[in-house]
Amino acid sequence: MAANTMVRSFLQVAATEEVAPPLRVVQIEGLVILKIIKHCKEFAPALVTGQLLGLDVGSVLEVTNCFPFPIREEDEEIEADGANYQLEMMRCLREVNVDNNTVGWYQSTLLGSFQTVELIETFMNYQENIRRCVCIIYDPLKSNQGVLALKALKLSDSFMELYRSNNFTGEKLREKNLSWVDIFEEIPIKVSNSALISAFMTELEADTPVIQCDYDRLQLSTSPFLERNMEFLIECMDDLSMEQQKFQYYYRNVSRQQAQQQAWLQKRRTENMGRKAAGEELLPEEDPSNPIFKPLPEPSRLDSFLITNQISNYCNQINGVAGQSFSRLYLTKALHEN
Amino acid sequence: MAVTERTVLQFSPTLTAKVHPLVIFNICDCYVRRPDQTERVIGTLLGSVLPDGTVDIRNSYAVPHSEFSEQVALDIDYHHNMLISQQKVNPKEVIVGWYSTGLGVTGSSVLIHDFYSGEVPNPIHLTVDTGFSNGEGTVKAYVSSNLSLSHGEQQQAGGRQAGDRQLPLAAQFQEIPLDLRMVEAERVGFDILKTTMTDKLPTDLEGMEASMERLLALIDDVYKYVDSVDEGRVAPDNNVGRFLWDAVESLPKLSPAVFDKLVNDSLQDNMLLLYLSSITRTQLTLAEKLNTAAQVL
Repeated sequence: MAANTMVRSFLQVAATEEVAPPLRVVQIEGLVILKIIKHCKEFAPALVTGQLLGLDVGSVLEVTNCFPFPIREEDEEIEADGANYQLEMMRCLREVNVDNNTVGWYQSTLLGSFQTVELIETFMNYQENIRRCVCIIYDPLKSNQGVLALKALKLSDSFMELYRSNNFTGEKLREKNLSWVDIFEEIPIKVSNSALISAFMTELEADTPVIQCDYDRLQLSTSPFLERNMEFLIECMDDLSMEQQKFQYYYRNVSRQQAQQQAWLQKRRTENMGRKAAGEELLPEEDPSNPIFKPLPEPSRLDSFLITNQISNYCNQINGVAGQSFSRLYLTKALHEN
Repeated sequence: MAVTERTVLQFSPTLTAKVHPLVIFNICDCYVRRPDQTERVIGTLLGSVLPDGTVDIRNSYAVPHSEFSEQVALDIDYHHNMLISQQKVNPKEVIVGWYSTGLGVTGSSVLIHDFYSGEVPNPIHLTVDTGFSNGEGTVKAYVSSNLSLSHGEQQQAGGRQAGDRQLPLAAQFQEIPLDLRMVEAERVGFDILKTTMTDKLPTDLEGMEASMERLLALIDDVYKYVDSVDEGRVAPDNNVGRFLWDAVESLPKLSPAVFDKLVNDSLQDNMLLLYLSSITRTQLTLAEKLNTAAQVL
């Protein structure tokens, strides 16, 4: 009987999963956070990645464990080695009863410069195998400011559809009503810990009133961080203007082509008028063999979208840090006056 | 676990160990996920020895094992496979010892310790009392040394600590100091790691607010203390006084004009950045609007 109900409940679960409620929350274990931080910090400034393991429960994606990837090398042989490593690690973890269900991956980033085509490609790769996956981004540099710089991202569905058809022309984007804001979706993160860990942490918590993150936060020198941020921002601006130039070039070409087409058509028409008068056969008004009728390829807007995303990301960071340093400065001022 | 004065002398360089909070987390997680009917989990500790001789325990993984009364079977293949995998990621982390859940050292620990002694000289044995058997989560670290029969007196002491007199060669486990300060955990914030569920990660400004509140509370405490000493309600403590003096002293002596200039300059720098970033954002939004408008036309 019990088995029977079990089966039914599994069936029910399967049935409800077909509807696939949208992913609302990513629930991360404290263990995973510590593991990610450790891996990313140890190898900073090199960027590292790792795999997230967990469970997909309704609209919540639980991340219960993770393991790091060795630093990737270009060699193909080593790449195969990497795949072996991944399988071996999963097998080993399964043996000690860890959930061995891939739910995504994590990666470290430098000041939030993660919005790249590679990230999207990786995402598409993962998405092919698992319906629901998430990417957790950790920024070691930003974390030195006393913030827990963790972000959970996924690609939006409409963007994925568009990416699959690989069609980033202005027309298509307008059709889908997709702008640069809609490429990535940030998913709120929840942190959970087992009761045992909670008990241990309460036990082990030092009873000093000031802890490390306070020191980090009250650090007065933020200028290196802001400077780097500005540098990146300026770089991005340059990239963006490059992209803009590409578009201008394209539009110039398009209008030149249109003018040529018009001129050609005009010529053809007058010619046809003459032929008509002479009673000869009319020439067609279109000539596919003529190179001026070949449509020009429109440059992809993906790059400029990504750059725009980056820029807005940097702006947000600058805003955040500047806000922090405002409060710090006023604090120092008040302290000094006292 | 009383350790007599005499046995301490045996270890000329006293080892100390430092534990990364991840290790504790990992052990707890493995314990929660242990197979049915197993009393404890054991596993390998990875890390390195720091230049000052402290053993830095940075990582760990569980190793499946089975235990029947006095016998322990460790899955050595698993241990080696996992070690190879771990070393691919971080070759600098080597075996430094092993852990087991439960309070203190048990008889079968000696066998496992022997095995790890073959892997690395002088391994560390970490015990984490996940059962809270004496009401607190005790985390302890031990090193062991084999005692030869000629030291009769010490052997007796050792035998008692190993809890097993039948072993041909007695092993003595000596507790070593363990540094449990968790700077890494502090960086993440105990608020997140301590509770079983946190709904939202704190943002920049929320974190700042919390820190400031703590700082203000501290300053208030200092004020209260100084006032009460001043009024003679609390006996003055020279040490506290010196600390306070150091704190006041650490403020740089600046004339108000210079200080104002400093603060205002930084404020203006920040303002400029804020302005720049805001204008960039406005531009982006504007471009976006124009773009869609141009496409609609």
